[in-house]
Amino acid sequence: MAATAETVEKVQSLSERYKYGFVTDIETDMAPKGLSEDIVRFISAKKNEPEWLLEWRLKAYRHWLEMPEPKWAKVDFPEIDYQDAYYYAAPKMKDQPKSLDEVDPKLLETYEKLGIPLREQEILAGVAVDAVFDSVSVATTFKHKLEEVGVIFCSISEALQEHPELVRKYLGTVVPYADNKHACLNSAVFTDGSFVYIPPGVRCPMELSTYFRINEQNTGQFERTLIIADEGSYVSYLEGCTAPMRDENQLHAAVVELIALKDAEIKYSTVQNWYPGDEDGKGGIYNFVTKRGDCRGDNSKISWTQVETGSAITWKYPSCLLRGDNSVGEFYSIAITNNRQQADTGTKMVHLGRNTKSRIISKGISAGRSQQTYRGLVRMGAKAEGARNYTQCDSLLIGESCGAHTVPYIESKNRSAQVEHEATTSRISEDQLFYCRQRGIPEEDAVALVVNGFCREVLQQLPMEFAVEAQKLVGISLEGSVG
Amino acid sequence: MLEIKNLHATVEDKPILKGLDLTLRPGEVHAIMGPNGAGKSTLSYILSGRDGYEVTEGEVLFEGKDLMELEPEERAGEGIFLAFQYPVEIPGVPNSTFLKEAVNAVRKYKGEPEIDALAFMKGLRETCAKLGIDKEFLKRSVNTGFSGGEKKRNEMLQLSVLQPKLAILDETDSGLDIDALRTVADGVNAMRSPDRAMLIITHYQRLLDYIVPDHVHVLSGGRIAASGGPELAHKLEAEGYADFVAKDAA
Repeated sequence: MAATAETVEKVQSLSERYKYGFVTDIETDMAPKGLSEDIVRFISAKKNEPEWLLEWRLKAYRHWLEMPEPKWAKVDFPEIDYQDAYYYAAPKMKDQPKSLDEVDPKLLETYEKLGIPLREQEILAGVAVDAVFDSVSVATTFKHKLEEVGVIFCSISEALQEHPELVRKYLGTVVPYADNKHACLNSAVFTDGSFVYIPPGVRCPMELSTYFRINEQNTGQFERTLIIADEGSYVSYLEGCTAPMRDENQLHAAVVELIALKDAEIKYSTVQNWYPGDEDGKGGIYNFVTKRGDCRGDNSKISWTQVETGSAITWKYPSCLLRGDNSVGEFYSIAITNNRQQADTGTKMVHLGRNTKSRIISKGISAGRSQQTYRGLVRMGAKAEGARNYTQCDSLLIGESCGAHTVPYIESKNRSAQVEHEATTSRISEDQLFYCRQRGIPEEDAVALVVNGFCREVLQQLPMEFAVEAQKLVGISLEGSVG
Repeated sequence: MLEIKNLHATVEDKPILKGLDLTLRPGEVHAIMGPNGAGKSTLSYILSGRDGYEVTEGEVLFEGKDLMELEPEERAGEGIFLAFQYPVEIPGVPNSTFLKEAVNAVRKYKGEPEIDALAFMKGLRETCAKLGIDKEFLKRSVNTGFSGGEKKRNEMLQLSVLQPKLAILDETDSGLDIDALRTVADGVNAMRSPDRAMLIITHYQRLLDYIVPDHVHVLSGGRIAASGGPELAHKLEAEGYADFVAKDAA
């Protein structure tokens, strides 16, 4: 503890040399601006972390300094000044809020505008929510009910205190800190995120979900989620994201690791609606996320479903490592880009075990002056006897000034493996819009209806209560794309 | 109900309608016949507000309102329904969803609250039963992979559900075999009411054997060239449009 206090003190004194105060807002507890080993130590100390984790963070930080930025994605943005951001921001509070009444009303308002009223989620039976606000988790509901069946659902900070052995065993085993520049940064400075452990043979009795929210100005959000489904267990997890409108870009570099042991299944759904920037491309979130699932045991299954509508730039490839024999990986994606948004997203299916199967259904909708790329890798390893993949990749264009690109990589080292790839590109037709309008449906609603139809196969994969909200979000995201 | 006065219209600067006059009163069924290229479909698109059709002269009043000032969805809200010659496919959107959206959009336009989803589905199933349409039809995506006959029956289903004041049927008989034609005609006849007007656009007389109109008009050269009762349709069937086309050219 003495060492911790010392580090905090040191960083505080350091901050005074900068013009910007250590705590500029009485509501918020912030680290000084910029990134250094001291900041990494500061975060670790704030969270009262074990020594091994600090060492891991520092290793990651040192490696990050040397790592090049990934340049292969079809996205364009000015170089990020990593020193011009805050890496830790937490709402100041003595106690955990006991109910949503104690959560920032502006946060509730944002969710309501999104069509995801948090209060209703609270009432909706069967959904447990972990709310992450800037750098920390502010509330986790239904925790005790879940504990009764042995399910651990808490913030990763809490897991580090309560279940350090579990975190240590699995953290960084799917996405190593040196995986890529963004994941490396996350490993050095991650502040919070969710932790889930489902014990053997347990079917998690409710949907688990996390809502991420960036609030503070000039902060990056670096959350880290770790989900472990032990043998024969099942869990369905959903994350939702929002951020307020700001003129400057904000960095969100998250890492999600999923581990499915023998006969286990994880279903992970994302509804991502970070602030996308304005019509001219000013502001918005840089969403540079590394998500990977490891089907570590035989007959395990990991299914990713994502609805990506927000962010100025999306760089994201939720992937599956199909190690166990007969394991199954799925990727269902809807990506919508409007105005000046850029998205380079897709998946990697790495078949290592025998008779592994993967299925990729990607629906991309581009409108305005946006650019969207599907980038996918299907790799059949030498031992992937009898492995199969099916990929379907559909693009829908709205208007004349957007772009859709498809970059599939296929590698096969096993003769018995089968890979199928289908792709289509189409435009939303005048005939369809006129038909809808003649029946009384206004143009923007007609676009939403046609696009929802285009995405139906993926929307059906979402848990019921979120599918409806996702449908509304599709409409909101395309506002102003016609007419 | 509908008054078209001296309507002139162009498509890509080419004049198609050249002074069309037509009046429909509630309860009346009018048939518009004419040779290919006479402007029959143009008329239906102008009334429903499709882009690309420009009115250069004249006016169209619907219950006293200037129709040309309204967007297509507003016209639908006012009670105008067009049964399409080629109904459009909307993949992934179930028929029932589409119908509910349409009904609610029209209700919203009229300032009425949204319809209760359960009550709507119940009513929808009843309408299907009346029209002899299998309930499974409602789950299928709008017109997607439908046969020609199924598409036209789907238009009749929409017509029955939306209950418009004015129904325009554009070449509803095209692509139908005789049994399908009969089913569709039954659907239309069931919709005849003293409050509703219908405008049936057709090239052939045979549809009018099943849906007997009150008035028949010949559209040729962008104008109503002749008007009469159902007997006019039979005359056209026997003699063809040659007379009108020749007169028009002269």
